[in-house]
Amino acid sequence: MTTKNLTTWRALNTALKDILQETPESLVMGEDITTWGTGGGIYGVTRKLFDEFGAERVRDTPISEEVLISTAVGAAMRGSRPILEIMYSDFTLLGFDGIINQAAKSRYMFGGQFDCPLVIRTNGGSGVGKAGQHSQSLETLFAHIPGLEVAVPATPADAYGLLRTAERSSNPTIFLEHKNLYYDKGAVDFEPVPFGRARVAREGTDLTVVATQQMLTRSLAAAERLQAEHGINAEVIDPRTLYPFDMETVLGSVRKTRHLMVAHEAVRDYGWGAEVSSSVVEQAWEELDAPPVRLGSARTPIPYSEPLESAVVPGVDEILTAMRKVRTAIAA
Amino acid sequence: MQEFDQRRQGLSGLKTMAMIRAFESRMPVLSEERLIRGSTHPSAGMEAVATGVSLALGPQDSIASNHRGHAHCLARGSDPGRTMAEILGRRDGYGGGKGGSMHIGVAELGILGTNGIVGAGIGLATGAALAAQMQGSDAVSVVYFGDGAANQGVLAEALNLAAIWKLPVLFVCENNHYAQSASIEEMIAQPDLKQRGLAYGVPSVDVDGMSLGDTFTAAAEGVERARSGSGPTLIIADTYRYLGHMAGDTEIYRNQVEVEQWQAKDPIARLVSQLLEAGVITTSDWEDIQEEASRVVQEAEEFARNSPFPDASDATQDVYSKGVPA
Ligand SMILES: Cc1ncc(C[n+]2csc(CCOP(=O)(O)OP(=O)(O)O)c2C)c(N)n1
Repeated sequence: MTTKNLTTWRALNTALKDILQETPESLVMGEDITTWGTGGGIYGVTRKLFDEFGAERVRDTPISEEVLISTAVGAAMRGSRPILEIMYSDFTLLGFDGIINQAAKSRYMFGGQFDCPLVIRTNGGSGVGKAGQHSQSLETLFAHIPGLEVAVPATPADAYGLLRTAERSSNPTIFLEHKNLYYDKGAVDFEPVPFGRARVAREGTDLTVVATQQMLTRSLAAAERLQAEHGINAEVIDPRTLYPFDMETVLGSVRKTRHLMVAHEAVRDYGWGAEVSSSVVEQAWEELDAPPVRLGSARTPIPYSEPLESAVVPGVDEILTAMRKVRTAIAA
Repeated sequence: MQEFDQRRQGLSGLKTMAMIRAFESRMPVLSEERLIRGSTHPSAGMEAVATGVSLALGPQDSIASNHRGHAHCLARGSDPGRTMAEILGRRDGYGGGKGGSMHIGVAELGILGTNGIVGAGIGLATGAALAAQMQGSDAVSVVYFGDGAANQGVLAEALNLAAIWKLPVLFVCENNHYAQSASIEEMIAQPDLKQRGLAYGVPSVDVDGMSLGDTFTAAAEGVERARSGSGPTLIIADTYRYLGHMAGDTEIYRNQVEVEQWQAKDPIARLVSQLLEAGVITTSDWEDIQEEASRVVQEAEEFARNSPFPDASDATQDVYSKGVPA
C-alpha cells in the first residue's frame, strides 16, 4: 500500500478495518463504539466499522468493564481474537482481575496450553482537564506484570503498525493510546511494527533521552531548544513498547552520548523510567559521565484546574531544564 | 412517614428545581466559552429525582453521586457559587479546583462526591450506610446512579451486601433511557429494572421520575425503612435528560420527536400547574420564583468567574494527611 498522511485516530481506524478484513476470528467491542459522535467511539477510532462488518463482529456493550475484560479473556482462550476498547485507561482498573489474575497468567499457570490473543485498546494521559479519573498514565502498572505486552504508540505510523502486531500476538496486549495524540497527523506506511524495537526519533551525540507519547513530543521540542540555545545535541528515543523493551538501542545510544534521561507521563516514583535507568547503570556504568535523570509526573492525582494540571506534568521547560541538568551534573 | 405537602415540599421543591434548571442551562454556554475543561454532564429534565429524594433526607444523611451530579449536590444544599466555582476550576470551588464537575465533594453536607467512574458511588453509599449503622446513628445514605451504571457488577454485589446486613441505604436509579449513546432497549434485556432489587430481597419500586411528589414519597418510604433498621430500598425513577450527554454530543442515537415527547411531561411545568391548581402559588409567584432562580444562578456564575485560579503550589497539597511527606 502507498503511504498516506493520516491522523492517529484514522490510522488506528484503518488498522482495525484491515484486521477485521483479514482475520475472521477478530472482533471489536466496547462502550459507545458504534453510536457515539459520527458512529464510532469517543475518539472516533471505531468509526463506521459497524456499517462494514455488522453487529456480530463490531459490538456495542453495556457499561460492564469487569465482565467485558474477563469475557474477552475467555473468548481469547477459546480461539477468538477480541480487540476490546476501554473508553479510558482509568476504567481498566475495574477489570484488573481479568487482566492481571486471568489474562496475564492464562498461559503460564496451565503450563503453556492456552494462547490468549487479546488486545485491550485504551487511552491515557493528561492535559485537557479531564481530572483524576480520566487522565492517568498507568503504563507502569501494566509493564510490571509478567505475561502482558505493552504498547505505547506516539505516531500515526506506529499506531497502525503496532496495532497490527498486537493483533497477531498470542499474548494479552495492553495497547495504550494517548488522548492528546489522536489528532496529530503523520505519514503512515501501513507496515506492521515489531514489538521491542525502539525508534530513534531524533539523532544526537550529547545526551540520550528516552521518552514516550506526549513526553516524546515535548522532548523533541525541548531538544530543538537545547541545541539552539545551549549547543547540546540530544538523541531522542521512542521505545514504542514497554514490554518487550529494546534495551539494546538505549545502551547503544548511551555508549555514544554518555548521558541518559528518561521522561514519562506516568508518576515518576516507581515508574518505568527507574527500570530503564537502573538497567543502564547495571549494564553500562562505566559508559556514563553523569548520573541518569528521571522525569515524570508529580506524586499526585491529576488535578482538574489548568494551572494545577500543568504544574504536575512536565512541560517543555521542565524537560529542557532536566536535559541541562544531566549534562551539567559533573560540573555541578 | 413524611407526607408530601404541596405547601411545604411542593413549594420548596419547585424553587430548587427552577434553580437547578437555570444552573444546568448554563453548562452548554460555559463549555462553549471554554470556561469548563474536560466534560460536564447536565441533568436538565431530571430535576424531580434529586429534589424529591433530597427533601426526604435529614442533615445527618449522606449521598454518593455520579458524573451527572450537579443537581444531586444543589438539591442537597450545596452553595451554587462554590459548586459553579469548582466546575470552572477555581479556588473557591469545594475542592479548590482539583476536581471539577465530576469530583464535587462536600463533607459538611455528606456529599461523598460526584464521580467519574460509572457505578462507583454504589459501593461508597453502601459503605456510608455501614458506618452509620455501626456508629448507632440513624443516618441513611443514598446513591444516585443511571440505567447505564445498573449494568456494573457492583450493583448486584451491593444489593446483596446491603440486604444481608440490613444497611440503611437507598439505591436510586435515574433511568433516563440512555447511557451516553446506548439505549436501554439495546443494553438491558429485562426492562423491569426493579427486578434486580427484588432478586436480592431488596424492596424495590418504580416511580415516575418526572413527578416531584412521587419521587419524594418513594424516597420518604425508603428513608423510613432504612432509619428503622429494616435495610435497603431500590427506587427506579423513570426520567429523561433534555441536553446531550455532554458538550459536543451529536445525539445521533435519538430523535428530536422523542425529546419533545418527554419535554411535554416536564417535571417543573407539571409541578407548577399542580401548585397553581391547588392555590399554593399564583402566576406571579411563579414568575418571582423563576426570577429568583436566575438571579441566584447569575450570582453564582459571577462569583465563579471572579474567583481566582488556584496557585500551582496547591497542586501537591492534600495527597496525604499532614505529616506524611508529599
Ligand atoms: C467505569 C466507567 N465506564 C465508562 C464511563 C464513560 N461514561 C461516562 S457516563 C457514561 C454513561 C452513563 O450512563 P448512566 O449510568 O445511564 O447515566 P447517565 O449518563 O444516563 O445519567 C459512560 C459510558 C465512565 N465514566 N466510567
